[in-house]
Amino acid sequence: MIQHKSDDRSTFGFWIYLMTDCVLFASLFATFAVLRNNTYGGPSGNDIFKLPFVLSETIILLTSSFTSSLMILAARRGNSARVLLWLMTTSLLGLTFLGLEISEFSKLISEGYGWQRSGFLSAFFTLVGTHGLHITIGLIWATVLMAQIYQRGIISSTNRRLTAFSMFWHFLDIVWIFIFTMVYLMGVL
Amino acid sequence: MFGRLTLEAFKHDPITTGGIIGGLLSILAIIVLLTYFKKWKWLWREWLTSLDPKRIGVMYIIAATLMLLRGAADAAMMRIQQATSVGGSHGIISTDTFQQVFSAHGTIMIFFVAMGFMFGLLNLIVPLQIGSRDVAFPFLNSLSFWLYIAGILLINSSLVVGEFSAAGWLAYPPLSGIDFSPGVGVDYWIWSLQIAGIGSLMSGINFLVTIIKLRAPGMTLMKMPIFIWSVLGSMMLVLFAFPILTATLAMLSLDRLLGMHFFTSGGGGNAMMYINLIWAWGHPEVYILVLPAFGIFSEVVATFSSKRLFGYKSMVGALGGITFLSFIVWVHHFFTMGAGADVNAFFGIMTMIIAIPTGVKIFNWLFTMFRGRIRFTTPMLWFLGFVMTFTIGGATGVLMSVPAIDFQVHNSLFLVAHFHNMIIGGVLFGFFAGLAYWFPKFTGIILNERVGRLAFWFWIIGFLLAFMPLYVLGLMGATRRLDHYDATLGWQSLFIVSAIGGLCIIIGVGLQILQIIVSVFDLQTTWNKPLLRSVGRTILIKLDSLVGKREFDKTGDPWDGRTLEWSTTSPPPFYNFAVIPKVNERDAFWAMKKTADNDQKPQYKDIKLPKNTGAGLFVAGFSLVAGFSIIWHIWWLAAVGFIGGLICLIQRLSDDDTELTITVAEIMINESKEHA
Repeated sequence: MIQHKSDDRSTFGFWIYLMTDCVLFASLFATFAVLRNNTYGGPSGNDIFKLPFVLSETIILLTSSFTSSLMILAARRGNSARVLLWLMTTSLLGLTFLGLEISEFSKLISEGYGWQRSGFLSAFFTLVGTHGLHITIGLIWATVLMAQIYQRGIISSTNRRLTAFSMFWHFLDIVWIFIFTMVYLMGVL
Repeated sequence: MFGRLTLEAFKHDPITTGGIIGGLLSILAIIVLLTYFKKWKWLWREWLTSLDPKRIGVMYIIAATLMLLRGAADAAMMRIQQATSVGGSHGIISTDTFQQVFSAHGTIMIFFVAMGFMFGLLNLIVPLQIGSRDVAFPFLNSLSFWLYIAGILLINSSLVVGEFSAAGWLAYPPLSGIDFSPGVGVDYWIWSLQIAGIGSLMSGINFLVTIIKLRAPGMTLMKMPIFIWSVLGSMMLVLFAFPILTATLAMLSLDRLLGMHFFTSGGGGNAMMYINLIWAWGHPEVYILVLPAFGIFSEVVATFSSKRLFGYKSMVGALGGITFLSFIVWVHHFFTMGAGADVNAFFGIMTMIIAIPTGVKIFNWLFTMFRGRIRFTTPMLWFLGFVMTFTIGGATGVLMSVPAIDFQVHNSLFLVAHFHNMIIGGVLFGFFAGLAYWFPKFTGIILNERVGRLAFWFWIIGFLLAFMPLYVLGLMGATRRLDHYDATLGWQSLFIVSAIGGLCIIIGVGLQILQIIVSVFDLQTTWNKPLLRSVGRTILIKLDSLVGKREFDKTGDPWDGRTLEWSTTSPPPFYNFAVIPKVNERDAFWAMKKTADNDQKPQYKDIKLPKNTGAGLFVAGFSLVAGFSIIWHIWWLAAVGFIGGLICLIQRLSDDDTELTITVAEIMINESKEHA
């Protein structure tokens, strides 16, 4: 694989972007930490979070991170069929995760625990929802990448985009670990 | 169908209507002129779709200048109102309009004037000064610029459609919440800043990567020009601060749109959290603006003193110190909120400490001048004016960093005088110095010194007249944002002095525009165009003889400069450098001039540059549509905006054929033309 000079530059730029996204999430985490006890007579985390459910979400997302690493390995070998396979798997896992999250959200809303209920729930929906929004963007990105790889195969530009996508996906995984710990575990314990 | 947009939104009071008609007429005039001179295609090909940072930089500066006029008009209204609205008289505008005016003034001056000038100068100078042909991500750069323009269009359309925020330039909740500001004003504020802010964030990434990765061979970090160091610090602040702004604006918007409870008084919200978040962005923002200005002054003072900058290493250290400290002083904006004595003491002390690296810089500049061969050109005058005003502003800042004193002057005109001292005397003077200093570089024309000096004197005298009285008024107890006060307070005479100062500043701005006109156009021949004949020949000829001859920069190095941007022609070719220079010394070009061996034939290589594209413009256009329709709750149109923008973005990012190659033969032809 020929490493282009601009590859190096765009990977570095993407790292910087991820750091800014990290600051964005940090602001939302800080907000959540301030508001997590402001339940205003509504439910607290202990009342609404179901750990086994969240654990299954977590395992699905972590698995998708693993498959996206397998995708990068396949891309390094230039095997575009394998890349497509792993990219597809990653997206399906991501989609499942998103579906679970949406079902959790809609259940909460139907029980009357929507984001309007309290400061705690506003912060919860916004923090977790922002992560979900990132996952959605990642899924759109993966779809576009699949089309590109199908058409053009593994060339330097698609390879560069796969690397960035995989960095993005791992980053979302790390953010989720923090959500799992700070929102769910600490909410229940 | 149209959400909450009804015909009611188009009704305005007489003064606003006058402003709208003026604005629309000038847009119409521009359209007529472009059509008359058949310039539409030229505009599209050479400017709007260009990815050349030099072009984008010029467009930034033009837009920022227009916004400066808008912001200055707002300032003029405030000065007139406060000078006349005493006792029985209620001035020229209503209370509600006055609130919108001061909110718009602050927002526009910070986000669209200061930020616009800054990114304009960065685009023009950073690649040239590090010996690069382009920024790291040319398309992202164009997208950032167009998002900034979308923000401008959105905030100004609030004049015509609906109203603007009346909640001040930082829109503190609960006032800016839906309960107390049910109109569209705060939404205009949110979305114009959100769109422009995302553009700024992307510019931050872009310039950071440019500086880290694209420096000329041999330019190690400690050999970078000090302007580049200042930009590096400023961009790091952008990267840490702007995501906080994005998150905060999003939360305020969710409060207003979806009924969430982040910052509401009830429902478990916490308005004090907003104040913390917005200033965790807002304080670094001040340094984002002023650091590049510091960098410009460092270049200007070294060049016009014909000396190496005094204390380069301490300057770099001071920049680093300011960059770090600027993140741990934000609470000094709200000592009175009640964080407690310990917290206030910490932030008060940090604020005092940040004055130390700033003082180091002032002394470094003064020592650079010491025993130098000083040339008192316009950029140098701006620098000297800055040293005086910035020192006054710094001293009053340190005063207010003492929480006990701050409790007395909080939200008074003393504070208003202080931050105008920093932003005008520090940031704006810096950008004016930079503009005068680098104007020959990107146009090949030296700005008229005579008019420039006159403009400076009007500015500095007007500035002192306008803001020194505000210090006194603040100590007399005048709070900020007053649209009316009692005659017995005895404030009016000082407010009138301040208004006269404002008038002087506006004359100064007019002179700056005149300066550019008389420098760029040859009035005697331009007059001969049929359209301009009506302007009056005698006035133009008089003016022409008054200001003296136009001056051009044929050498590329009009000031005997020290850094790489002066080593190429003025204006530089579109590829900046035919051969990328090799750097051995700190003042690279100065060293090259001293050890000149120009006998070697340059070895040209093919150059790759990005092709033009309108994609950034389209994405920003769709963002504008989305922002506007969210403000007015026109949900289908918002969906159109989002999806359209997304499709444009995906299409552009999927494009693998974005570069064109300039061959050696083409470079040789171009170079022989340039040096002919």
